[in-house]
Amino acid sequence: MKSTIERTQRIIDEVLEVYPEKTRKHRARHIKPNDPTGECGSACQVRSNVKSRPGVMTIRGCAYAGSKGVVWGPVKDVVHISHGPVGCGQYSWWSRRNYYNGITGIDSFVTMHITSDFQEKDIVFGGDKKLEQICREIKEMFPLARGISVQSECPVGLIGDDIEAVAKKMTEQLGIPVVPVRCEGFRGVSQSLGHHIANDSIRDHVIGTAELEETTPYDVAIIGDYNIGGDAWTTRKILEEMGLRVIAHWTGDSTLNELAITPKAKLNLIHCYRSMNYICRHMEQQYGIPWVEYNFFGPTKIYESIRKIASYFDDSIKERAEALIARYKPMMDEVIERYRPRLEGKTVMLYVGGLRPRHIIGAYEDLGMKVIATGYEFGHKDDYQRTYPELEEGTLIYDDATPYELEEFTKRLKPDLVGSGIKEKYAYHKMGVPFRQMHSWDYSGPYHGFDGFAVFARDMDMTVNNPTWKLIRRRTR
Amino acid sequence: MKVKDHMELFQDSQYREMFERKQAFENPCSLEEIEKTLEWTKTWQYREKNFARKALVINPAKACQPLGAVLCALGFEKTLPFVHGSQGCVAYFRSHLSRHFKEPVAAVSTSMTEDAAVFGGLSNLLEGFENAYALYRPEMFAISTTCMAEVIGDDLGAFIRQAKDKGKIPQDIPTPFAHTPSFVGSHINGYDNMLRAILAYFSDHSTGSNDSINIIMGFDTYTGNTREIKRILNTMGIRYRILSDISDVLDSPNTGQYVMYPGGTPLRELSDAPGAIATVSLQAHCTEKTGELIKQSWNQQFLSGPPPIGIENTDRFLEEISRLTGRTIPDELEAERGRAVDAMVDSHPYIHGKRFALVGDPDLLLGLISFIMEMGGEPVHIVCTNGGKRFEEQAREILGSSYHGRNAEIYTGRDMWHLRSLLFTEPVDLIVGNSYAKFLWKDTGIPLVRIGFPIFDRHHLHRYPIVGYQGVINLVNWLVNTVLDEMDRASINTQSFDVIR
Repeated sequence: MKSTIERTQRIIDEVLEVYPEKTRKHRARHIKPNDPTGECGSACQVRSNVKSRPGVMTIRGCAYAGSKGVVWGPVKDVVHISHGPVGCGQYSWWSRRNYYNGITGIDSFVTMHITSDFQEKDIVFGGDKKLEQICREIKEMFPLARGISVQSECPVGLIGDDIEAVAKKMTEQLGIPVVPVRCEGFRGVSQSLGHHIANDSIRDHVIGTAELEETTPYDVAIIGDYNIGGDAWTTRKILEEMGLRVIAHWTGDSTLNELAITPKAKLNLIHCYRSMNYICRHMEQQYGIPWVEYNFFGPTKIYESIRKIASYFDDSIKERAEALIARYKPMMDEVIERYRPRLEGKTVMLYVGGLRPRHIIGAYEDLGMKVIATGYEFGHKDDYQRTYPELEEGTLIYDDATPYELEEFTKRLKPDLVGSGIKEKYAYHKMGVPFRQMHSWDYSGPYHGFDGFAVFARDMDMTVNNPTWKLIRRRTR
Repeated sequence: MKVKDHMELFQDSQYREMFERKQAFENPCSLEEIEKTLEWTKTWQYREKNFARKALVINPAKACQPLGAVLCALGFEKTLPFVHGSQGCVAYFRSHLSRHFKEPVAAVSTSMTEDAAVFGGLSNLLEGFENAYALYRPEMFAISTTCMAEVIGDDLGAFIRQAKDKGKIPQDIPTPFAHTPSFVGSHINGYDNMLRAILAYFSDHSTGSNDSINIIMGFDTYTGNTREIKRILNTMGIRYRILSDISDVLDSPNTGQYVMYPGGTPLRELSDAPGAIATVSLQAHCTEKTGELIKQSWNQQFLSGPPPIGIENTDRFLEEISRLTGRTIPDELEAERGRAVDAMVDSHPYIHGKRFALVGDPDLLLGLISFIMEMGGEPVHIVCTNGGKRFEEQAREILGSSYHGRNAEIYTGRDMWHLRSLLFTEPVDLIVGNSYAKFLWKDTGIPLVRIGFPIFDRHHLHRYPIVGYQGVINLVNWLVNTVLDEMDRASINTQSFDVIR
């Protein structure tokens, strides 16, 4: 075993010592030193997508969070019912910043909390009748809604409700699609199954239900961009400037119609592979639409991705792509010139979801920063396989990490910046470690595309170099 | 080079034009349709339809029981909130509380999944205890449930006994547990159930009578409130304990170190609580069951009224405390009262006759109604999603005591979409509510004063007390300066743009 790998393994062993034996063995399989060559074999393969251990304060959420919170929630002209008790919808109410254009409560409903607010009698007698009534009332209150989705919370699946039957009946009666989604929180091991279930429900109830009158050879869809802080818009801008025509967003600032017409795309462009590879594979099999993964974080990856996307099209697109890169490069160089000297050599620890644990690495590198540890809340094997080559040998990689592990690794690796979620943010503030919330861009953004990189660079600088960190009078344990 | 973020970027013409092009794929509604529908939602006709809703709930101002249970548990020293059920719920509670307090929140779940749905959650609970004890070394587990565990019907008491018998956790570690189904009541009931369970657990270990009093803050998300009550009681020289003291837990100093248990009511104090002179709850609706326990088994007085928000409520609180303990109200507090009243007198012209819409938890609303009327303001729409008959009666009584309450209507079990209709059909001057009420501000243009929970989009408000005389000054500050800001905005191009107000 190589020394860098051995060194990291020693740190891992030390940190895991405190666990009871069963849990220690379990956790050890989820935390590995990076081995980009694959030489170290299974000893460096991170195990993933299995159940979290009870009682360890996992940072993971649930299937409902993956469906309502991630995939379905941003579809703006659909009313999404948080079907069950009041809490789930309350806690996920407009917390992900999926920006959209529209008049809320009239033709768009993203920032609303619509719930069936289950009471004891609904648990005892079932909620199907209530759900029917709710669908009718939605049609009354929001006549311009293009559809309804039923986002199941835990009790729905436990009490044996038949939401599929209700949805079918209501679709017929109301004349708008009512989509049942079986994303009860106890299903699966994390948000991830919720993404899959949501993809499948769009496949079964939405895809192909609308026509796109005119098509062009340049029609593409943006898949797996939730328009957090406007990410999908900066992406769309680049694609349009390349000469492509974006016919659909999945699902940031999207409408039901966009999802329905997507099979007319010539190429599906996927950013968040984790949450939407399912639908890309489906469209490939069913409609023969190829798909390509891209990365719009930081100029190096953006240039690479633009060229990769252009390679699927004719010379006119390729030429426009080159011209576009030539036009933006001076602007990106200016951003780097300004911020790189302030960030050069700084180290970063990441712990996020979806695509970010690997996709943001390049953007940090553009600024002279180095990712020394990363991991996924709810990644699968294919995510880790895509991650290993992006990082140096011996880089720490963790799956479903707990706050305890993150804190201990932080103490040992001493990163200059940590990027994770809201639950981690304030513990890091107390530790005096510069921190950015990398789920919602800490209420900033966009971070995608050329326009987003400038914001990203500014934000990383402001956090790493803010004077408040120096004011902390450190208590030694 | 100017960096443009989301605030400016998408206002650029390049993006505005792109948004227009995107509409070709959106199948959007026509502008006429949108305009027509928007205007219709402002009418009395829509309001009637809106109030005829029987099942659909839109933008409710309430959360679920276990959130309250977790907040309550956090207020005890070295206590780990331990939630039996799905893990996603706990991720949500932690996020939700962190977004409000801007503090780390520690809580664990038993991560129940589909197999637990079939076989029950015993093995999850056993392993959960073992792991949590090894990692987090709590001195108490405060156990509550998510709706999953409740629907399955797991026998918590038996499960916990097994965990101790099997040596997963020490026999003597306190493990109070509460059933907190999210399909019954709201977060305030979860708080009540958890607190009752914790106090009941220690009731048997009573150390006998003493000259102290117990204070319960309730589901109070102002750390400043707890600190203010403590300051007042210290000023009066009273021996007291706060039962669930979140102030140091959710407002901890930055020491360059993450401390998992930075404060809370000391557990040893819990054995002294049953022998106290009395327990005073500042949130009656949040302590219904806890109050029953105290009255039945502690053999002491249990007092609960409107929280000490406003002058009269604070007067009453201090008098009660003084009566219970025999301590006089010191001149210092009397002087504070004078300053608070002075502030109200100075600012009254900007509040008198102003029409208010209020939305929030029952206890908070009872306090605010009273305070607003003390300044001559007029509560008009009072929306309490998690309030019932008792709240309605109490609110009516308070409103009936003042001329300024004559135009008020109380709406229990209603939500913020109902309130939207009320605001369009019967406009008011100010909205008082949580951060989600900003959508009402956006739709109606009526200024919002953020008081309540959650407050996500303003920083540090929760550090300022709204109870006691000091709280009065903060409330006056927020209310009157919102009105004055609004006057400046409204008069910006008129001769009324005054520099002295």
